[in-house]
Amino acid sequence: MTKIKVEHLHFHYGDFLALSDISMAIKERQITGLIGPSGCGKSTFLRCLNRMNDTIPGTRVEGTVLLDGQDIYAPGTAVVELRRRVGMVFQRPNPFPQSVFNNVAFGPRVLGLHRNGRLADIVEESLRGAVLWDEVKNDLRQDALSLSLGQQQRLCIARAIAVKPEVILMDEPCSALDPIDTLQIEELMRMLKESYTIVIVTHNMQQAARVSDWTGLFWLGELVEFGATQDIFTNPKQELTENYITGRLG
Amino acid sequence: MVRQAFKRKLQRLQDEVLILGSMVENALVESVELLKRRDLEGARRLIAEDRAINEKRFAIEADCLVLIATQQPMAGDLRTLAAILEIVTELERMGDYAKGIAKINLMIGEQPLVKPLIDLPRMALKARDMLHQSLDAFVRRDVDLARAIPAQDDEVDGLYNQVYRELLTYIMADPRTIDQATQLLWVAHNLERTADRVTNICERVVFTVTGEMVEMDAEHSGFESLT
Repeated sequence: MTKIKVEHLHFHYGDFLALSDISMAIKERQITGLIGPSGCGKSTFLRCLNRMNDTIPGTRVEGTVLLDGQDIYAPGTAVVELRRRVGMVFQRPNPFPQSVFNNVAFGPRVLGLHRNGRLADIVEESLRGAVLWDEVKNDLRQDALSLSLGQQQRLCIARAIAVKPEVILMDEPCSALDPIDTLQIEELMRMLKESYTIVIVTHNMQQAARVSDWTGLFWLGELVEFGATQDIFTNPKQELTENYITGRLG
Repeated sequence: MVRQAFKRKLQRLQDEVLILGSMVENALVESVELLKRRDLEGARRLIAEDRAINEKRFAIEADCLVLIATQQPMAGDLRTLAAILEIVTELERMGDYAKGIAKINLMIGEQPLVKPLIDLPRMALKARDMLHQSLDAFVRRDVDLARAIPAQDDEVDGLYNQVYRELLTYIMADPRTIDQATQLLWVAHNLERTADRVTNICERVVFTVTGEMVEMDAEHSGFESLT
């Protein structure tokens, strides 16, 4: 099932066309990986999926992005609600300088989700979901910044899932992490896809090959090829894809 | 252009496959020549030399695994390495067929041959020729050639049938020839199997270039048409 359907998306930073005519169907509860060299538009594309680019002055979007069939760029779209449904995890872990508990409780408090249940339950459930619970349960009041980088990134994932999103966007979520933390996040992603649709931007092609079900290659603002990960990495259809993933371009 | 070092290593690996291929080609033709000449000393040497074929196969396999583990090859490069792993296995088996023929040579020992060998050397030359073409198709990524080679197997099968019928005639005429005729039939069988295995290499060539796993038909073997 398609969760997000992107049709003929163009994105401009002022006069610069950063994305040109992108169409892609992002499948529900699957991991979609976006690869390509720096500046190819993959992060811009990711940020179009929950209107994170809205805050950048001088940008312009054409085309449609349908989340469950609803155009998220339609006038009157509740952007805060959109970002609850489509959460984001960034390149460097960015926990708030507060306790572990408050980090995870932040979203539910703002959105008033805790009124339906105990806030502590939501926090525990989210930390368990991000496979961090066992490591922090004895001291939820500890400063989030005292955690290791890998733990901080899992905390950010817990914070993202605390507001019960449907889609999680990940922009290079492992680039600041060591190999063990990276593999842990990848394992976590495989668990999370049981409940969430995940879109990940990564510079690490092997990571895309390892975790994603679908892979798209961006090049100079265009989507060169999009397909099942196993096909992209064993037998891509486009010569450009072949040259990129075999390291003959870049 | 990046990854020059990797590209060089991949190229060298393919050169090694060609070297292994020529070792096997020589062993095949020579095994039958030695049989024809009744050269038992040569047969012993050929059996000993099979070790070198096996060693080269394992060396290539180890190099492939190192490249896979350290370079994370993708797409066409990955298919090339997968194909090399398969091809060297086929080559090693063909080497075993040549060794088998040399062993038969020793088993026949000092006995004179029941018939002059004419079709068996032809089979060996044809099988060698097919093998050579298939490796050529591999290094040149020539899919058309790879698709054309398996049809040549008909010629080998034709010779196999001929040898089979002829040996059967000898057996019926004189039961004392049974032992040696059966042994010569094994020689023919080994050569027929060699040509069949060339087809597997051709399949790998198509896979390397197109990513398609195709099954090519080389199994219309001589025995089927006789039974």
